[in-house]
Amino acid sequence: MTKQQTLIAEKRRKTVLSVVLAVICIIYVLPVVSVLINSFKQNTFVKTETFALPTAKSWAGFTNFITGMTFGNYPFWKSVAYSVFITIASTILIILFTSMAAWYIARVNSTFCKIVYYLCVFSMVVPFQMVMFTLSKTADRLHLNTPWTIPIVYLGFGAGLAIFMFVGFVKSIPLEIEEAASIDGCGPIRTYFSVVFPMLRPTMISVGILEIMWVWNDYLLPVLVLDINRYRTIPIHIQYLKGSYGTVDLGATMALILLSIIPVIIFYLFCQKYIIKGVAAGAVKG
Amino acid sequence: MKKKSGIAYFFRTPIRRWSWLFLGPVIAAFIIGFVWPFIQGIYLSFCEFRLTSDAQFNGVKNYLEAFTDKSFMHAFGYTALFAIVSLLLINILAFAVAYALTQGIKGSNLFRTVFFMPNLIGGIVLGYIWSMIFDGILSKFGTSILQNSTWGFWGLIILMCWQQIGYMMIIYIAGLQAVPEDMIEAAKIDGATKWQTLWKVTIPNVMPSITICTFLSLTNGFKLFDQNLALTAGQPFIIQPDGSTIKTTEMLALNIYNTFYGNSSISHGTAQAKAVLFFILVAALGLLQLAYTRKREVQQ
Repeated sequence: MTKQQTLIAEKRRKTVLSVVLAVICIIYVLPVVSVLINSFKQNTFVKTETFALPTAKSWAGFTNFITGMTFGNYPFWKSVAYSVFITIASTILIILFTSMAAWYIARVNSTFCKIVYYLCVFSMVVPFQMVMFTLSKTADRLHLNTPWTIPIVYLGFGAGLAIFMFVGFVKSIPLEIEEAASIDGCGPIRTYFSVVFPMLRPTMISVGILEIMWVWNDYLLPVLVLDINRYRTIPIHIQYLKGSYGTVDLGATMALILLSIIPVIIFYLFCQKYIIKGVAAGAVKG
Repeated sequence: MKKKSGIAYFFRTPIRRWSWLFLGPVIAAFIIGFVWPFIQGIYLSFCEFRLTSDAQFNGVKNYLEAFTDKSFMHAFGYTALFAIVSLLLINILAFAVAYALTQGIKGSNLFRTVFFMPNLIGGIVLGYIWSMIFDGILSKFGTSILQNSTWGFWGLIILMCWQQIGYMMIIYIAGLQAVPEDMIEAAKIDGATKWQTLWKVTIPNVMPSITICTFLSLTNGFKLFDQNLALTAGQPFIIQPDGSTIKTTEMLALNIYNTFYGNSSISHGTAQAKAVLFFILVAALGLLQLAYTRKREVQQ
């Protein structure tokens, strides 16, 4: 009887916990929901009726989205295109080159390799503000200030974490596999690309997720390196909506914010498993 | 033994011939993106300069200026307070949520998905979402988040909690799931209450997760920039009797940024000196904190 009672109490406790968490969940999505609601409201109503659903009076239809497209003297689709390109190119570059370097560092393990490795680890604790001025000037001088070349800057500043994660993983791969490949006549290039590269997949996904999240959301590096009159990414675009006019069209701003978070949420829902795993792996190692 | 080292030798030599291919790109980019800017940054912090090419050595003058800059000192105090409050709140709440989600309740996966979601939204966008929400509430009382530094502080805390709890929760869940089931079982048999089990068994066993999470939230708090810029950008401003301005909700990273780019006519030396001090602070804090909590981890 007592055992049954404790079981019932346990069950009740779990239900209460579920309900509490469900309420917190709803509060948690409210900010995103309010962006959705307000993107369909006329500008003047965003501030006064922030949490009300659009009424017949405040309803703006899709005009916010249409004005948002060219709002701020810069077409929004261009910012999206640059953001997509920079994110994909930087991530591919980082994954490809840092995994190659990490394999070399882990396997050759000479003094020089150790120096490079510890420099990479060191770079992880350096905040961006420390190098932002000199980095943007260096990038300018080397003409790396366009969306086509900025992935090189990302490779340089982001190499630390990626190298660190890849080296950790390569060290856990038994050397015998690569030895077998080399005895079978594979040179280093073939050994790397047809034997090691496929084995690195789990870490590549983790590194890729972390780099995508970083580059896609990064504001300060592109705003300092790129010529923002010509090239903008989404965060720069959103930030400069405020600066470009005396008054801000809040409705249009919310429409653009909605457009910029929808792809992120879709990406998240599809790759959730990998994202959470990648984040956990990155955190544990960092 | 001899044979094995022979293979290792055979295996290593041809790789070395390809070092330019394997190491070259990363080293070149790393020098451009980190090593050179870092060294130049240290050097320039002892110089007076407008561009990197017109630098003139002036000793520790920049550092003296940084230390006597009231806005920098204010930003330091404000950032420290912010980092401590956000560290405590984020970690306590994230641990509580993670603990609740590992009790085997219904809908755990859905809750986890929702709580983690804000993490993927960038700092600038987050700042504008929340500034709309806070202004929507505060405008009912005839004020705004830009007019009151207390609102600005707690607004940023709420924003950071919303963003970071999900992230820390993931790490805590991983830690909680790794606690050996039989240990908790043994504590139960020995008559420990739930509360005792939590404090004496669970928490000591998740100490590695606590180390990581406190480290991350502390350094994140100190390095915060995007959210600060988008939410309040330092407002409200207070004009000092001597004519200088203190931006009451400005944090260290934003202060450094404003010193560099806010006023284009003065030397960048002070800003670079501030940046070096900022780097030393963040690095030292991170290392101290790691050393401190690592000591408390249970050896398994």
